[in-house]
Amino acid sequence: MIAKTTNQKAWFFVLPVVLLVAFNAIIPLMTVVNYSVQETFGDNVFFWEGVGWFEQVLHSERFHDALLRQLAFSFIILAIEVPLGIAIALAMPRKGPWVSVCLVLMALPLLIPWNVVGAMWNIFALPDIGLLGKAINGLGIDYNFTRQPIAAWFTTVLMDVWHWTSLVVLLCYAGLCSIPDAYYQAAKIDGARGWAIFRYIQLPKLKRVLTIAILLRFMDSFMIYTEPFVLTGGGPGNATTFLSIDLVKIALGQFDLGPAAAMSLIYFLIVLLLCWIFYTLMMRGEEQ
Amino acid sequence: MKRFLWLAPSLYIAFLLLPIYWLLNMSFKTTNEILGTFSLWPNEFTLENYVKIFTDPTWYTGYFNSLTYVAINTVLSVSVALPAAYAFSRYRFLGDKHLFFWLLTNRMAPPAVFALPFLQLYSAVGLFDTPLAVALAHCLFNIPLAVWILEGFMSGVPRELDETAYIDGYPFWRFFIRIFIPTITAGIGVAAFFCFMFSWVELLLAKTLTSVAAKPIAATMTRTASSSGYELGLLAAAGSLTIVPGAFVIYFVRNYIAKGFALGRV
Repeated sequence: MIAKTTNQKAWFFVLPVVLLVAFNAIIPLMTVVNYSVQETFGDNVFFWEGVGWFEQVLHSERFHDALLRQLAFSFIILAIEVPLGIAIALAMPRKGPWVSVCLVLMALPLLIPWNVVGAMWNIFALPDIGLLGKAINGLGIDYNFTRQPIAAWFTTVLMDVWHWTSLVVLLCYAGLCSIPDAYYQAAKIDGARGWAIFRYIQLPKLKRVLTIAILLRFMDSFMIYTEPFVLTGGGPGNATTFLSIDLVKIALGQFDLGPAAAMSLIYFLIVLLLCWIFYTLMMRGEEQ
Repeated sequence: MKRFLWLAPSLYIAFLLLPIYWLLNMSFKTTNEILGTFSLWPNEFTLENYVKIFTDPTWYTGYFNSLTYVAINTVLSVSVALPAAYAFSRYRFLGDKHLFFWLLTNRMAPPAVFALPFLQLYSAVGLFDTPLAVALAHCLFNIPLAVWILEGFMSGVPRELDETAYIDGYPFWRFFIRIFIPTITAGIGVAAFFCFMFSWVELLLAKTLTSVAAKPIAATMTRTASSSGYELGLLAAAGSLTIVPGAFVIYFVRNYIAKGFALGRV
């Protein structure tokens, strides 16, 4: 770390960023706060509602269900993507012409617009025209993600694994490449092998990138909207209606501004709280 | 065991390419063939879908619109993030840590939360349905990301460089533009790549803030698919074309992608 000097004029350097982000963050956030405490019957007439909407949202079963589904989804994809990403990063070649090929091909899913990802998986998994759907049905398993909730979950999770595991792989690969050869030589002299090398040399070095990977994956999976919306539309029934899908349904579909605004704020606070916990744990780990 | 290690990445890449292959396969089929027969490759190979996209203005203007707001957003985000990242990496100032965390929180804000207020805000300032509105809205998450990445790269540049230039009598701005920026070109490339990426793949805000004139390609796809029933071949061709710009940019930053994802902090 380099020593920093105190200089209040540095504020001038950050001013453009602060202004631009504030325009996009503070004004809309205040609009949401404004709606969340008022009731309207149309014609732009508003009445003070207090914390009524918040109580309604916090007690509604619909919100609990969406939140539970969201937590379950984030937990499942983290439990699959993180170990899988580490394993693939460990198996990747460290030098040679194949490195670039691997990196470019692996990064490809990350650059595809999210609705195209959804549409692609839709036609890939449909039981009548899709390769995946045909293959699973060919194995004798009854599979139709537009009708069976379990199949819908399976397809959504598989899609997310397809879409984002590369992020974990790329991060872990960068972390592994930054370990000096001397560490491995020292381990060899001490007689460490396979698992011991991973546990005591590679894993500690991966800690930093893994925290970033988990943080990014958690945030993005918690906000997931477009891919499942295009793939399943939140169905069958409400089986894959995650928080964002539910929120957009209430806000732009039914135009229930009050409940939607209250739900937005609760949603945002949950994300902030969970990320703050991660962030603090990460920083504490670094200081030790 | 070591001899079979290459199998894991190969199988993984095969898994990644399979749905992409299926999309390409469909884009070369006629809609009748897609719905009528099941085949692993096109039997009646056709370019009809691509021809339609390149000749019909409602389709190809979608690509122009998307690329316009992505370009504006990338230039804007990186240019305002450069001085800010320098300030965070070199100086301590009142509220610096809180400011950094506040920026980070905007990366965490679910776009669904902001969709409706954004619609009202940009309608009020008269920017609704322009590429500029989408470019500005995407700044919400791209500027924090660019600051984060650039700060990581800048912290890796030794402070002696700044001090030497100061002693040599360089005015600050000349030092910053002539010496400092060229030393972190890799970082700028990576930050620009990430801004491009997140602006290119985002749809919810882009769709909410546009209606006709500035409609992005991704929105054209969803609307056409739902309004004219099942034109699957066309949909697949449009989808395949959206992969091209991404693949093109990845190639340029292939050696730095990993470092960028680690926010310059490996």
